[in-house]
Amino acid sequence: MFDIFSYPFMIRAFLVAFMIALCAPCIGLPIVLKRFSAIGDATSHSALSGIAFGLLFGINPIVGAVIFSVVAVLSIEKLRKVFGAYQEIATVVIMSAGIGLTAVLSAFIKNGAANINSFMFGSIVAISDFELWLSLALSAAVMIVTLLLYKENFAIAFDEEDAALCGMPVKLINFIIMLLTAIVVSVASRIVGALMISSLLVIPVATAMLVSKSYKQTMIISIIASELITLLGLYISFYLNLRPGGTIVLLGVVILVATAVLGKKK
Amino acid sequence: MKNEVINVANLTFEYPDISVLKNVNFNLYQGDFLGIIGANGAGKSTLIKLILGLLSPDCGDITLFGGTLNDARTKIGYVSQKANSFNSDFPATVKEVVRANLFHEKGLFKPYRKSDDKKVIDALSLVGMAEYKDKLIGSLSGGQQQRVFIARALVGNPQLLLMDEPTVGIDAKSAREIMNIIKKLNQNGMTIIMTNHDTPTLVEASNKLLIFCEHGYEEFVTTSDLSIDRIADILAGKRVHQHV
Repeated sequence: MFDIFSYPFMIRAFLVAFMIALCAPCIGLPIVLKRFSAIGDATSHSALSGIAFGLLFGINPIVGAVIFSVVAVLSIEKLRKVFGAYQEIATVVIMSAGIGLTAVLSAFIKNGAANINSFMFGSIVAISDFELWLSLALSAAVMIVTLLLYKENFAIAFDEEDAALCGMPVKLINFIIMLLTAIVVSVASRIVGALMISSLLVIPVATAMLVSKSYKQTMIISIIASELITLLGLYISFYLNLRPGGTIVLLGVVILVATAVLGKKK
Repeated sequence: MKNEVINVANLTFEYPDISVLKNVNFNLYQGDFLGIIGANGAGKSTLIKLILGLLSPDCGDITLFGGTLNDARTKIGYVSQKANSFNSDFPATVKEVVRANLFHEKGLFKPYRKSDDKKVIDALSLVGMAEYKDKLIGSLSGGQQQRVFIARALVGNPQLLLMDEPTVGIDAKSAREIMNIIKKLNQNGMTIIMTNHDTPTLVEASNKLLIFCEHGYEEFVTTSDLSIDRIADILAGKRVHQHV
């Protein structure tokens, strides 16, 4: 049952997965409550183009993903102002640009399809020492910042106008959350897959919202759900020889549906 | 002598192509209750937003507690029409909603302490909602939710409370209870500025009135010997010169 841990690559995979599962709902909760879930998709598609860029020019793909997804969130912020009341257009434009760039760049990469594929849907075996430490450091940084901004995230998600009236630097905090989203998406692209990570930002939070009776409880339950989904999904994918990203996301959907059917909040 | 809370001088504001406020002047002292009356679009909410700094005036000045808005921010509480507009599926307890307005006392990054919970309970007690502190905000009735939003505005111990239609969309009994709470706060020395479509109730509660009429002029009058009929005349465009 535990022979899975006799493989060093699986220990790495579990370590990174544990940290991603910790971070994803912390970022996902304010994003979902602000009805901005699509940012995960836009960032992940941009991260994918960064990965393609990295593979093409010999830069570490996760570093490429971080750079491109940070540029993506900066661009979304700029474009949102252009479109005024139709701000969601900005997200779709950046998502389209990301996937278009990925398609073009991947054609020039040696074994492009196989390489990009492993980042799209996640892979357990390929985590290098550098990626392990980069992932752990970035995840730890994301956790610390989101814990420090706990009360600010709540206030802004509940009522941005009131938060501003209290003297809160709303724009700065929103920007920090978007940057952290870019980092989490990039780090998670290795194991969960760039196309899967936005599900990990949303599904545990959605599951928690079905049963929780406070914001704090929603945060705690979403972290527990996220860890359960990710670690169990990784475990199952190893023994059944399935793709980890897909297994994690499908397990998440099953738990969400089961909670919706069985759980009663009020 | 009472302290001056707010001084508004020559305040003018217009949206593109629409002049909303022109040369508005008034001042309030500690314990005053200013009722703002006028038709939809007359500029009532715009005035509140200008005082709160959510809009910038085209010209004129607003002095709060003898200084700028930034200096006075901790002394101001604000209640909007939240009970009608907020997301009732938001996963937050009454306590969490009220506590969020303690930010100006806490500052960035600082977590809540046990002493903050006491402030929240005190604010909820003022509006008779302390026993609901652990309930989900979305599970309460409209009247209860609005009381929670009043507690949220009170948690930082403001000296000036701005209220934009706090009883709109709420049943008559809850609206009466909310008005009683507000009158009690005023009797205890809090300065109130309130807009409300229920003119008789507002006239009865306030000691000063600002009336915005169709023809773009304002009357700032004392409420003593001011009848509802006379207010209706002013709203219809018949001027009454009783400035204070």
